[in-house]
Amino acid sequence: MLAQFLQFLFSGITVGATYALAALGFTLIYNASNVINFAQGEFIMLGGMLAVYFTQAGLPLPVALMLAILIPAIVGVLVEKLAIEPVKGAETVTLIIITIGASLVIRGLIQVWLGKNTFSLAPFSGDEPIQILGATLLPQSLWVLGVTAVVVVALWYFFNRTLQGKAMLATSYNRLAAELVGINTSWVLFMSFAMSAALGALGGILVTPITLTSYDVGIMLGLKGFVAAVVGGLGNGLGAVLGGLLVGILEAMGAGYISSSYKDAIPFVLILFILFFMPRGLFGGKSTDRV
Amino acid sequence: MKKSVYFGLYLVVALLAVLPFVVPNSFYLDLVIRMAINAVIVLGLNLLIGFAGQISLGHAGFLGIGAYASAVLPTHFGWHPLLAMGAGAAATGILAALVARPIFKLKGHYLAMATLGLGIIINIALRNEAQWTGGPDGMPVPAMGLFGFELSSDKQWYWVVALLLSVSVWASLNLIDSPFGRALRALHGSEVASQVVGVDVVRYKVAIFVLSAVFASLMGSVTAHYVGFVSPNFADFFHSIELVTMVVIGGMASVYGSLVGAVLLTALPQALATFEGWETVVFGAILMGCMIFLPKGLVPTLAAKFGKGE
Repeated sequence: MLAQFLQFLFSGITVGATYALAALGFTLIYNASNVINFAQGEFIMLGGMLAVYFTQAGLPLPVALMLAILIPAIVGVLVEKLAIEPVKGAETVTLIIITIGASLVIRGLIQVWLGKNTFSLAPFSGDEPIQILGATLLPQSLWVLGVTAVVVVALWYFFNRTLQGKAMLATSYNRLAAELVGINTSWVLFMSFAMSAALGALGGILVTPITLTSYDVGIMLGLKGFVAAVVGGLGNGLGAVLGGLLVGILEAMGAGYISSSYKDAIPFVLILFILFFMPRGLFGGKSTDRV
Repeated sequence: MKKSVYFGLYLVVALLAVLPFVVPNSFYLDLVIRMAINAVIVLGLNLLIGFAGQISLGHAGFLGIGAYASAVLPTHFGWHPLLAMGAGAAATGILAALVARPIFKLKGHYLAMATLGLGIIINIALRNEAQWTGGPDGMPVPAMGLFGFELSSDKQWYWVVALLLSVSVWASLNLIDSPFGRALRALHGSEVASQVVGVDVVRYKVAIFVLSAVFASLMGSVTAHYVGFVSPNFADFFHSIELVTMVVIGGMASVYGSLVGAVLLTALPQALATFEGWETVVFGAILMGCMIFLPKGLVPTLAAKFGKGE
């Protein structure tokens, strides 16, 4: 009984950490530009696929992983420079379609280049499961959770203790005011896309040894990351992390106790309920309308 | 002004009357029918997105409800196709209204999230309830019949769809100029301002959302009967995106833009088939290009260029 529950919890937290990283990516870009980046899922896919490609090409693991984070970050910046910046101030729908177009291009290129097969990545430190109270925990899960925790702490430090981080926060509160005090807001936009692509890619790399990857995994992962960001209250960093974990845990519990074929529907049922009863997400603040 | 508005309608009707006699073969006739069906759906969606300024990323889910009502109810329960179509539309209307009321108190991205979620849930349900829906493989749809007369040939379908499209264009043009349409445009412009002059913002938004959802459901039924087959892909996220793209590429808040968007994007996959394997990349690049260079859509951009307001 307890063992089963723990088992679901472990797998939920592991996947949830990936959602959390994706949700942080959504949050960063949303705060900097008010854009919901529907290409976020493709960065998760890129991370996993590139890590597989570079390790198979014989590069040492650390180098391969660095490249698998760096390249998506560059792609993220390209998307921002080529597609988002030229249409500043366009309607929300227009921006949504642009990011969806970008996601199709990224997914299509990977499909042409690496094919439609499913790939796996060797776990970073063996695959001898750890027994805890009758449940098993994969060492890779510890990697996922550990790295996610480090990233969250690092981001917290960045946004609260460094000038650059504070500049990004200031821009998210009020772009015009930030510009007036001399903050380079187009640099902020640049950084936001680079960071959120890198975060997504990192999540994709970490979870690939457990869940496998292919050219089309980005769609669902991205949408669930979006759910996690909204659950936590869109724009709220801590909310995004908690939202990600919550979505992951509920999904695993639902798949285990209710129905595994409806596993993918659970995050979306959750978000509908949350929007009905807590319209600003669990941790979103109150907002006032400016006329 | 009034005259030039209807001039477009006459042009559409004239074009629809001539088309079946000039299309070279049944392949193109089929393409034209699918363009016209999409055009009707997009007209309804454009009322929501373009005129009222609300986003739905789950409209294919509503199409799916209509299509599957027309497939499941006659097949498993022996309902008459028209009754099934009505039941699908009613169910869609109720669902849309239930979801819309709380959601429309929110703005922008939350609505996108909610409609996206709803669409995905519907799609997953259609895939999983295989004993009713045939699961991922889909199921055949019985023919549409009325008073012993059965709609079967493409020519017959063409006239039905052409009539539906003409009526929809006429209805949309009138709706936009009605008090209801003016209220919608007002709340797109500024919600607070329209509230101040007495527009019940939430009620109007719910009404237009339900209307466009019911539109979609009815056309889902029509498509299902025409094609004779439904599969869950018809109700998936990508199809929702395609529909929204038709609205935006043709031109938001433009009736004729809806037609242009539907025609172009229905033809596009046929044109892209030559790119073997690169379809997704090219499709994505075209989406981005259109939005970057014509953010207002084709028809409004061209209309502005040639100095004629629609």
